[in-house]
Parts: sequence; C-alpha cells; structure tokens
Amino acid sequence: MDEDLFLEDVGDSWSFQLGGEDEDDLHEYQAFLGSSFFDLSGDPFSQMGLGDHEGKQFCWKKTHTDSSAEEEEAREGSLSVSAQTIRVTEAVRDGDALTFIVISQKLSGSGEYHVARTHEDFQWLQQCLFSQEVVPGILGVIFPPLPAKPQLNAPTKVLKQLGFLAMGEDWRMYCMALETYLQQVAAHTTLSKNKCLENFLTSSEPPGRQRVRKGIFNRLSQAMEGMRKEGHKDVDDFFQTERDNNLTLTGCSKSATERFIDVVLTEQKLAVACGHFSTALHLCVEQEEDSAVLAFSKICVKLSEVIDSIKRNFESVAENNLSTLGLGLDLESRCQEAEKEMLYRRTCKLVVLETASRNAERAKPVKTAAMDELKVAAEKEFDHVSGVAKQEIARFHSTRVELLRQALILWCEKQLETARDTSFRYSEHLQAFKGLGE
Amino acid sequence: MAASSPRNPPPLRGAENQDPLSEMADEDSDEGEDIFVGNSNPVAESFQPDTANGEEPADLFSEEETSTAVNSSITTFKSNGVHSDNENDLFAEVSVELSMENPSTTAKTSGAEFTPSLTLSATQPRSMEQLEEEKDEDSFDMDVAVTNPEKIGDGMNAYMAYKVSTRTTLPMFRNRTFSVWRRFSDFLGLYEKLSVKHSLNGCIIPPPPEKSVVGMTKVKVGKEDSSSADFVERRRAALERYLQRVVCHPSLLQDPDVREFLERDELPRAVGTHTLSGAGFLKMINRASDAVSKMTIKISYSDAWFDNKLQEVESEDLQLRKLHAVVDSLVNHRKELCGNTAVFAKSMAMLGNSEDNTALSRALSQLAEVEDKMETLHQEQAASDFFILAELLADYIRLLGAVRGCFEQRMKTWQSWQEAQSTLQKKREVEAKLLWANKPDKLQQAKEEISEWEGKVTQYERDFDRISVTVRKEFLRFEKEKSKDFKSQIVKYLESLLQSQQRLVMFWEAFLPEAKAIA
Repeated sequence: MDEDLFLEDVGDSWSFQLGGEDEDDLHEYQAFLGSSFFDLSGDPFSQMGLGDHEGKQFCWKKTHTDSSAEEEEAREGSLSVSAQTIRVTEAVRDGDALTFIVISQKLSGSGEYHVARTHEDFQWLQQCLFSQEVVPGILGVIFPPLPAKPQLNAPTKVLKQLGFLAMGEDWRMYCMALETYLQQVAAHTTLSKNKCLENFLTSSEPPGRQRVRKGIFNRLSQAMEGMRKEGHKDVDDFFQTERDNNLTLTGCSKSATERFIDVVLTEQKLAVACGHFSTALHLCVEQEEDSAVLAFSKICVKLSEVIDSIKRNFESVAENNLSTLGLGLDLESRCQEAEKEMLYRRTCKLVVLETASRNAERAKPVKTAAMDELKVAAEKEFDHVSGVAKQEIARFHSTRVELLRQALILWCEKQLETARDTSFRYSEHLQAFKGLGE
Repeated sequence: MAASSPRNPPPLRGAENQDPLSEMADEDSDEGEDIFVGNSNPVAESFQPDTANGEEPADLFSEEETSTAVNSSITTFKSNGVHSDNENDLFAEVSVELSMENPSTTAKTSGAEFTPSLTLSATQPRSMEQLEEEKDEDSFDMDVAVTNPEKIGDGMNAYMAYKVSTRTTLPMFRNRTFSVWRRFSDFLGLYEKLSVKHSLNGCIIPPPPEKSVVGMTKVKVGKEDSSSADFVERRRAALERYLQRVVCHPSLLQDPDVREFLERDELPRAVGTHTLSGAGFLKMINRASDAVSKMTIKISYSDAWFDNKLQEVESEDLQLRKLHAVVDSLVNHRKELCGNTAVFAKSMAMLGNSEDNTALSRALSQLAEVEDKMETLHQEQAASDFFILAELLADYIRLLGAVRGCFEQRMKTWQSWQEAQSTLQKKREVEAKLLWANKPDKLQQAKEEISEWEGKVTQYERDFDRISVTVRKEFLRFEKEKSKDFKSQIVKYLESLLQSQQRLVMFWEAFLPEAKAIA
C-alpha cells in the first residue's frame, strides 16, 4: 500500500500466518484475537444503532464503557467548529518543511480558531482516527484519504506521486486537498466525534506530541497484505459487485488523473513557449526612422501582444484545469483507493470468519467450545463491519457524485469564462491588426 | 491543411480592389506593385494599331514593356537612388518615352537587359514613395495557384506533379486562364534561369523551396502516412508562395522564362538543378558575403545607406531564425497537446462507461466528446501555426539570403570598377613613361589600351550605378512587401485563432447543462 505512508511509521512487523488449521496456529490466532483490539470479553454491542439511520450518514451510539481513559478521551465529545468553515489557507515554508494554517469558525459563532499544523500533525490525526476505538465495525468506515507528504526540493519522481497536488503556485492545490480532508473528517458523524479532531483544530499547541497507541488495524491490513485476499470471492452479491466496480473505477480514475496531468503540463509548456516567442518578437523592434522598418517593427510589437494573449490563455486554461477538474479527479482517485482499502479490510474479516468456521467444524470435542466462541465472535465482527460498510458505501457514492458534479460544473464555468474572455481579446487584436498601417 | 483561400477573379484594371486582395492566395497578394504592369496596358492599347503588321501582339507588347521598364528605371533612379520630391505624371512620362522608342526598335530577347546606349531623357527623378503609391493604385492582374499534387510513376523514379494555374488579364499571356503541370525540378530550373539572368543586376530573386531527399523518398516509396501527406502539402504551399512572389516581381514577370513556365504545355527537363537548390545557393552567397565584408569599402553617402541596410538584413536574419525556432517549438508542443488530449478523452470515456450513476456517466461521456473536439481544434491550430507562421518565417529567412546576394553583387561590381580604375591608372603611367622614353609605336598601343580601359571604367561605373539603383529599389520594395506579407499572414492567423476560440466557447456552452444535470 503505497498510499499509506503512515504505515512506514509502524515499527513492529507483525507477520503471522492466519488461516492455518493447526492447533499451533490456533494458539497464535487466539493470542491475536485476545488482544485489546478485539475486546470480546467486554460488553457486546447490543445496540449498534444500525437500524436507525436515515439518509446517507452512518451513525451509531457509543455504548462501550470498558475502555481506557485515553480511549474515552479520544472518543467522547463533538466538534465545536463548523465543518464547512474549515479552511487551510496557506502553506508556509519552514526550512525543509511546510506548515499549514488551518482556520475554522466556532459553532457558537463567537470567533474562529487559527492553528498551524505540519504534515506530521495531520498524520497524527489520521492515526488517531484509525486507532480511535475498538468499536466493532470501525473497519467498515471509508476513511477520508490524507494526501501524501509534500516534500520540498524533492526529485521529480516523488513530486509526480503527488500529481496535481504538487502543481499550482505555493502549494495551493495541496492546501485545498488538506482542507477537503479535514472537512470530510469533520462531516463524518463518527469520526468527527474524535477528540483528536477537536484537539487538532482548536489547540494552539501542536498535537501529536503525545504518544498515540498505534491502531492495530493498520497493522492488520499490512499483515493481511501477504495473504493476497483481494480476489477472495464474496458471500454477498452487493459487496462482490461493489468490489468489482471499485476495482475498475480505481484504475480508471487513476489513469484519467494521470492523463489529465499530462494535458495540464503540456498547456503550461505551451504558455512558456509563447512567452519566449513574445520576447523574441520584442527583440525585432528597431528604433528607426525609416518608414518601412517602422512598419515592420509595429507589426512585431502587435504580434507580440497577440502571443502574450495566447500565453495568458494557456495559463488560465491550465489553472482552471488544475483547480477544478484536476483536484476533483485527484480526490476521486484517492477516495476510490480509500474505499478499496475498506473493502479489503472487510474481505480479510471474511477470510477470518471462514477460517474460524472451518476450525469450529473440524475441532476435536475438547476444543469445540473455544472454537465455537471464536467463530461467533468472528461472525459478529464481520456482520458489524458489513453493516457499517453498507452504510458507508451508500454515503460514499452520493458524496462522490456530488463532488464530481461540483467539480465538473465549476470547471466548465471557469473554462467558459476564460474562453469568452480570450475570444474577445483575440477579436480586439484582429481589429487592431487589420487597422495597422492603414 | 493548405492555407489557400478561394480564388477571386481579378478585377478590372483600375478598380479599387482591397477585398479580393485580402482574401487572396496564401502569400503575397499580387497587388499592382509594379509600374510595368500598370504601364503596359495603356501602352498596349495605344499601340494596338501598330501591330497590324503581323507581329505577334503579345511579344511586341512585352518588348515594348521591356524598353519602357528600362527607360523608366534609368530616368527615374539616376544618381544612386537619391530621392527627389518632384512629381510627375507617370503616364505622360511613359508616352514620352515610348514616342522616342518607335516600333523600329528591334525586338530584344532578354527581359532585363539594360542597354546603356539608350539616351537618357531629362525627366526629373521622382520620389520612391510616390511611385510606390502609384503602383498601389494599379489593379491586380495576376493570380497563380499550385494545386492537385499527383504522384506520377512508381518506385524511385516516381515524382510529384503539381498543377500550376494562372488567371490573368495581362495581355502578354495567350489566354486569361490556363494551367499546366509541373514537377519540382521545373521550379528549380526556373529559379536557375532567373538567377543566371537577373542576379547580376541586383534583383532579389525569390528562392524556391528546398530539396528534401528524405521527404521525397518517403513519397516515392509510397508511404501512405500523414508525414508524407504533410510533406507534400508543405511543398505544394511553398511552391505556390514561390511562384506568387516571382510573378509579383515587376522585372521577373516580364521574363519570358516565367511566361513559358506558366504557359507552355511541355517544358524541357531542367538539368543541373542539383547544384542550385536553395540551400546550396545560399551557402554560396554566405561564403561570398563573408569574404567581401572583409574588404574595405569606400565610404560615401550612398554606401552608408547600403552598409546600414546590409547590417539590418544580417541582424534581421538572426532574429527571424530565432523566431522560427521558437515557433517550431510551439508547433511541437501543440502537437503534444493534441496527443495528450486524445488520450485523456479516452480515459474519461472509460471512466464514464464504468460509472453506475447514469447522469454522471453521461456527463463524463460528454466530457470525453468535448475533449475529442478540442483535440481537433488543437490539430488545426498547430497546422495554422505551422503553415502560416513558421513557413512565413522560413520563407523570409531564405529571402533575406537572396537579398544578401544582391548586396554581394553590388560589391562585386564596385570591385570590378575599382580594379578597372587602377588598371587604367597603370596604363596611364605606362603611357607617361613611354612618352618620356619617346617610343612612338608602343605609345600607340598604350593609347589604345588607355582608351579601351577608359571605356571599361565608364562602363563599370555605369554598371555600378545601375546596380546600386536596382538594389536600392529592390530592397525598398522587399521591405514593403515584407510588411504587407507579414501583416496579411498574421491577420489570417488571428482569424483562424479567433474561429477556434469561438468554437471552443460553443463546446463549453453545450457541456454546462450536462454537468448541471448530474444528480
């Protein structure tokens, strides 16, 4: 998983084999299941609130009481700022790193919060969200994707990974991507309740200096990598279809984003070439009294103005492409990846379940009870995840359609405006040229 | 992708004709820039009765025109192109000249042979600008097009034949409209003939397009790809511009070789054209110019003018080359943009197909279509960049080479004159010595030689004066043509730019409702 750069921070490498059918493996499996992440001994979540969500949002009540204070803190609370007002206004260069200014409006209307955050702080937030609680089904959440770390003075290959986000002046695109990320987290009913988010947005002290208990589920994902369960057939048609579609869409949107980057880069190149042309024309201007030379000089000057207009047109077109459709495609692409990861996690849970079921069937009588218990737990977990996932998928689709719609409309409107402006300017130039030397 | 425009029938002589001119063919509009064409008609008309003696009218008129040309040029531009502000009725002067030149003047073959034995009438020289203005009023009489490239033959012996069509009201041609088939070597042959005859006089002879072994081989071999088609189109357009420049030039138009090229059905194969491809000729010129510029030049008023202009030409050559390189890179980037846009359009189409949401899917497909249309626009714009701007610059880089050649010729003439003077001086010294030594028989010979060289000195001085006048006149004409050419080409470029842009606006306007319709 290239995208999850934060995984590189995970020190432990937890490579164990799951799905084995020996009793030896079973012990390991139990040990794994026994970790605090799967708090099976705790209260089962009788009320998941899965039934009472209307509309597109996934909400669930928190009934888990048996968690550490830290988790308590991390979970409780609701955001004191308005999600839509969150802005990442600029990126300030600080040596080799970038610091982002995040501004948000208080819900109470009494002012705003200004904080400065680095990418590490964002990563901290993301980790918080991942590891926030042992609520079953959390794996079914499609986590808003955090853009990869921006590197100043990075080799082109690294910048290429950032794609559109590395383009544009002063990291403006990147700031907008961060802004979207924060807004999405803040708009998510579950995630927004995470204290870390509140902390992130409002605390004047940089967060993340406290050690966060690293969420296991990311390790889980990493470990599961080795099992190559992506292609594992699903038991549910809805999910199988969703996985198939997601696979296609992930590929398509990534490819479309990359192609669009090529288009924008060429447009920028064209603008630069026009600049050279315009400058070269100025060099042709002679300060002569000779009328013929003067006439030619005038032509060169006028042509230079025309080429300048062409240059400005390319710059605008490229900028429009960048800031609307480019960003939109980039977001779509990353969101598809996020959904892919969620679906993958669920698939892994399916594998766990199927393994547990098999083990339960084949268990010797002395082990049967334990096996059955494991199987029941796995089933419950899987159901929770699937439930959450279904909700998230519905929300995801309507959100992304809306996002794409907005991106397309904005793109079209901006390009139309630029095209009209340019058309007007060209027609003025044409008139001026026709009138030359008359 | 040719930048040719619809041909308009040439208007009647004397009519105002701004519009047809601007819609005219790719390059130079054949505006009545030459006094000779303008003159020829009244001449022709007034001489109609005189041709009753069975001479071919066309030929007669052309001879008369030649003489007229010779006279006017000599009388008008006497002392090294010094301008004067006297106005004169052009036609009156012409008829005066012609009355001196009665039909007993024997038909001359050459188009521009200046016979020094003609008596110079004492008409006042007129200013260049006024003559230019009068030329402008003359009607457009000539329209040349190169079309229908066709491959003749097969394999390595194959060649492209081009249809050369002429439409004219000039009486020196047999018909008003006619066409012939020519191949590339014919064009080169024409250039060779014209340079042999006219370059020594300081005429700026338009250079033909360059040979291209690679390009032609592809065509011969029969590669049916776009690069061959592009190459043929590029060559066709270049040949057309070349011919238009030739017929636009007053002296060259009079040349029977030009007429033959345009009219004659079968032209003898031009040989030896491999020695005179444009590039080769240019190389010759460049080497010569380097050598001559190292010579010390006598400083006089008119020479300062020439020095100045030569310097202008050289710096302009550098500038145009730079511009050409920049435009070339512009064309390449645009082609790249075409490719990228096409690929992007496909990827968006795929995305749209994979999309479940119907409205979004539809919008994305429409997006793909818009991008496809934009690709076409970019293609057309790239062609426009190339055929209008890049080729214009390339043409003028070549033309500037020809201009340098003229200046060269003038220097060579001056050199001959100087050398003749120094030889004369030596001969006089010899004579003086002989006088002193009192050797009458050798003295006689010496006197003869002196007289011979005196004649030569006078002749060369006249040659130099004449070529100076011609070069100056040619240069001024060139500058004017250049401005006109650039202006009309840029207008064409802007028009295509504007049109593209307006279509783009339409595409966006059509897409907006699709985007808004996404639910």
